[in-house]
Amino acid sequence: MTVMILRDAIAKALREALDTDDRTFLMGEDIGKYGGPYAVTKGFYDEYGEERIKDTPISESVFVGAGTGAAMVGLRPIVEIMTINFSLVAMDQIVNHAAKLSYMSNGQISVPLIIRTVTGGGGQLGATHSQSFENWYASIPGLRVVVPTTPYDALGLFRTARKDNNPVIFAEHSLLYRVKGEVPDEYYEIPFGQARIAKTGEDVTLIAYSGMVRVAEQAAKILAEKNISAEVIDLRTLSPLDMETLVESVKKTNRAVVVEETWKTGGFSGTIASNIQEAAFDYLDGPVIRVNGPDVSAPYAKNIETEMIPSANWIVEAVTYNFGL
Amino acid sequence: MAESENILQIMTKEESSDLLYKMILIRQFEEASERLYQRGLIRGFLHTYIGEEAIAVGSIPNLRSDDYVIGHYRDHGHALTRGIDPKIAMAELCGKATGCSGGKGGSMHLFDVEKHFMGGHAIVGGQFPLAVGMALGIKMKKESDSVVMCFFGDGAVQEGEFHEAMNLASLWKLPIVFMLENNLYGMGTTVSRANAGGETIYESATSYHIPAVHIDGMDLLQVRETTKEGIEKVRQGEGPVFIESMAYRYHGHSMADPTNYRSDSEVQEYLAKDPIEKFKTVCLESNLLTPSDIISIDDDVKNVIENAIDFAIESDVPSPESLYTNIYADPQV
Repeated sequence: MTVMILRDAIAKALREALDTDDRTFLMGEDIGKYGGPYAVTKGFYDEYGEERIKDTPISESVFVGAGTGAAMVGLRPIVEIMTINFSLVAMDQIVNHAAKLSYMSNGQISVPLIIRTVTGGGGQLGATHSQSFENWYASIPGLRVVVPTTPYDALGLFRTARKDNNPVIFAEHSLLYRVKGEVPDEYYEIPFGQARIAKTGEDVTLIAYSGMVRVAEQAAKILAEKNISAEVIDLRTLSPLDMETLVESVKKTNRAVVVEETWKTGGFSGTIASNIQEAAFDYLDGPVIRVNGPDVSAPYAKNIETEMIPSANWIVEAVTYNFGL
Repeated sequence: MAESENILQIMTKEESSDLLYKMILIRQFEEASERLYQRGLIRGFLHTYIGEEAIAVGSIPNLRSDDYVIGHYRDHGHALTRGIDPKIAMAELCGKATGCSGGKGGSMHLFDVEKHFMGGHAIVGGQFPLAVGMALGIKMKKESDSVVMCFFGDGAVQEGEFHEAMNLASLWKLPIVFMLENNLYGMGTTVSRANAGGETIYESATSYHIPAVHIDGMDLLQVRETTKEGIEKVRQGEGPVFIESMAYRYHGHSMADPTNYRSDSEVQEYLAKDPIEKFKTVCLESNLLTPSDIISIDDDVKNVIENAIDFAIESDVPSPESLYTNIYADPQV
């Protein structure tokens, strides 16, 4: 076991990819000489050289599409989009091209491309730099969406992403880079589509992903003080989505709250809530509650930014108010 | 008769016969596809290449089998010239399981990876980043001096992806032959109403330090000689080249287009420059081909097209299960 922070777990995963597969290279804005905008690839440029650690111009569309093109001729590129906000500039390449080539070509083409990007708000970066769009990508057939929250998961999920022959959106929450955790020294993988039960409980299931998992865990602690036993589930991947684990948990607790950082309208929590109600309606003691950020753009000022990101107290209130616990 | 004398020095009888065959094949394939469309056997959008045959046929046969071709949604001509069997191309247009994309792609999304025909891309300009990536992949693999030939229309040049791709391809000296098919209209909008530089576009490429030329895309020999030279330059690792071929699509943008934005006299002007007739004349005048050679090429193509139509019509539609196949590729390396 080694204790490391999530940033280092991802760096370890990237080094492994570069060390073991000469078809792999990294490409993105300032990942090389600068050392990576979030310092994940610090030192890589000197270690691996500019051939394999490619600094690109600020041209998201072409470098993401170039990742797809390189994958089409047999390479296994890892592309970094500085933040998920900028992925919108490359949306055409991700949604209209990378995601569809396997289907449209009837399986003649596969696109083993990992798109790493940074997601989430809470850094006082204002409306254009604080968004989470993993839910959008999760709705696109042909894409896989991975949202790690621990160093252990980040490394294990990345190893699976590397073996996948499909475009993978690997979304790292900016506020989780310094999360510490134990990582085994021996090799392991975490398959896609297996949610993690972060904490077991009996009375209510709190379902979350990315930055909201630790918020749900904080809520569970507060609820425990009120003698309410909450189960916390970390989705780990939005696509594929592990409904089985969610439904099993809800059958046990009979109550569910889905927590998501992004806007309620169109949020992925709606899909999950709807799926739970279809699969486990008879087990539910009340409606599936969605705790999302309100439908506003992120402001800059700290006091009001805080009011748009779901907190542990919002979850606690949702549980006690809606379920009469 | 300079061209007629010239052709004897650059082309054998077999080559000229093959090139004429390929152009007539495209012409008749497209005419047949329009008939099938009118009969309701082809649906969706159908964009024909009639009038532009000399561009595909002048360029693609100069490539090696390990080179790659990628292009836009007006892709039948490129696909056929790259060697996709007209039967499986027609079957794809008819939405059949035997089609080159299993009936899941349609006219705008033809693929044949074995032949290194990498699509048929229907979002205008979307193929540029893919071409850049394929060329990057080739360059990174080092063992190969393959090139990518990327086709696009004048309408794609005003897309941001064009400019991003021009910059990166030039910056990284990637092996791409950019083949602009300037048919004067982006759907119904003339180039001069869309392009700040006016009716020709190749100057845009020079601003990215990419060598660019401007040729008559209705003249097969000119396209052939220019692309041969371009491919060779790219293969030597000097970075991309840019070839703008001026041409004219005889019919509408798609079958849904009434073409009320252009005059009959303009259409007549270009019909008189027909690339197939022009090449026939050169071949006849130089005695490279005889009138009976041409008749027999024509007959051969008719047969091939009839067989393609029969094959497409008789083929099965995709199985219901195929709706759910290939959404994801097999996950393991």
